[in-house]
Amino acid sequence: MDGILALLGGILLVAGTTFLLLGGLGLVRMPDVFNRIQAGTKATTLGTLLSLAGIACLQPAWATKLLLIGLFILFTNPISSQVLARAAHRIGTEKSPLTSVDRLAEDQGNTP
Amino acid sequence: MVDMLIYLAATLAGLALLLALYRFIKGPSTADRVIAFDVLTIIGITAIGLVALIEQRGIYLDVALVYALLSFLGVIVIARYLERGL
Amino acid sequence: MLKAVNFLVVWVLLVFFWVLLNGSLATDVLLVGLIASLIISLLFSKDLALITEFRATPPAFGAALRYFLYFLKELVKSNIRLASIVLSPALPLNPGIVKTRTRLKSRMGRLMLANSITLTPGTLTVELDGEWLYVHWVTVESTDIEAATAEIVAGFEQHLEVMYG
Repeated sequence: MDGILALLGGILLVAGTTFLLLGGLGLVRMPDVFNRIQAGTKATTLGTLLSLAGIACLQPAWATKLLLIGLFILFTNPISSQVLARAAHRIGTEKSPLTSVDRLAEDQGNTP
Repeated sequence: MVDMLIYLAATLAGLALLLALYRFIKGPSTADRVIAFDVLTIIGITAIGLVALIEQRGIYLDVALVYALLSFLGVIVIARYLERGL
Repeated sequence: MLKAVNFLVVWVLLVFFWVLLNGSLATDVLLVGLIASLIISLLFSKDLALITEFRATPPAFGAALRYFLYFLKELVKSNIRLASIVLSPALPLNPGIVKTRTRLKSRMGRLMLANSITLTPGTLTVELDGEWLYVHWVTVESTDIEAATAEIVAGFEQHLEVMYG
């Protein structure tokens, strides 16, 4: 029984860190700031949550503290990426030429 | 078996750190660097968790928690600074 | 009356997090936590009013559970979709910022909605302006306000509406 839980923990850890790696890859491959925020912060949120769950399976005594870290990341990560996206848009960071539409800039009276 | 999985996870996290570090150095805009910094910290939290697991020291998790807290505040402050200066 | 309830909720939440953080229920630890949380909630509870905007009715708890499950499902589903985009050599992107509208009135409801949209990859809230949400979308499927709202916002909104109004 103990062995199964440990194995599950190991698998969760590998799955989580795979998502972290995908997030890093997205950060390198994506063409502009907004797409990088998309790829970078969210794949890593799921990746971190899975990894923390994996650690909790391997070390059940740490579960409450890991839960606290997980909750904190779940609440703060979207806020920080949102705030950063807004700041990047307000200071007019260059968007990728692929960008098809920008309703926000249109509503603010700028041509996209 | 499980030990191998843990080391595999640590390798993957290390590779992810390198990729984020590349973006952090390359830029090109400030916002790119901030987002790379944010990702570096998030991966760092997992890395600290893995170190805690390998070394069997639960106290390291407190470091991860404080690290998460400081990085969140840091990103918010930098974003605010980008928008209108301090 | 509402103020007192708000104060109590903030206090209890703070003590709960203190206990989680310490992982112990020893008398001295608990006492310090109770006093520190009391001071913080005395000073700041009026600024934290948005926590108590949750409607504590039975349907709201049901909606909260359904919202959580729906959120987890979306999180995994869209992470896999984003992973397939990142891994494909051609990088099939069609990014853009679209405008959507929400029916939610309360501040906490709107915050939760914006956070949920941001956490599901593929969509990222860029700006909140009253009932209007500007969302960055990696693969734009529609620039029409109604269609984009139905695609991005509606799924989360139906649960949050019961929870916060």
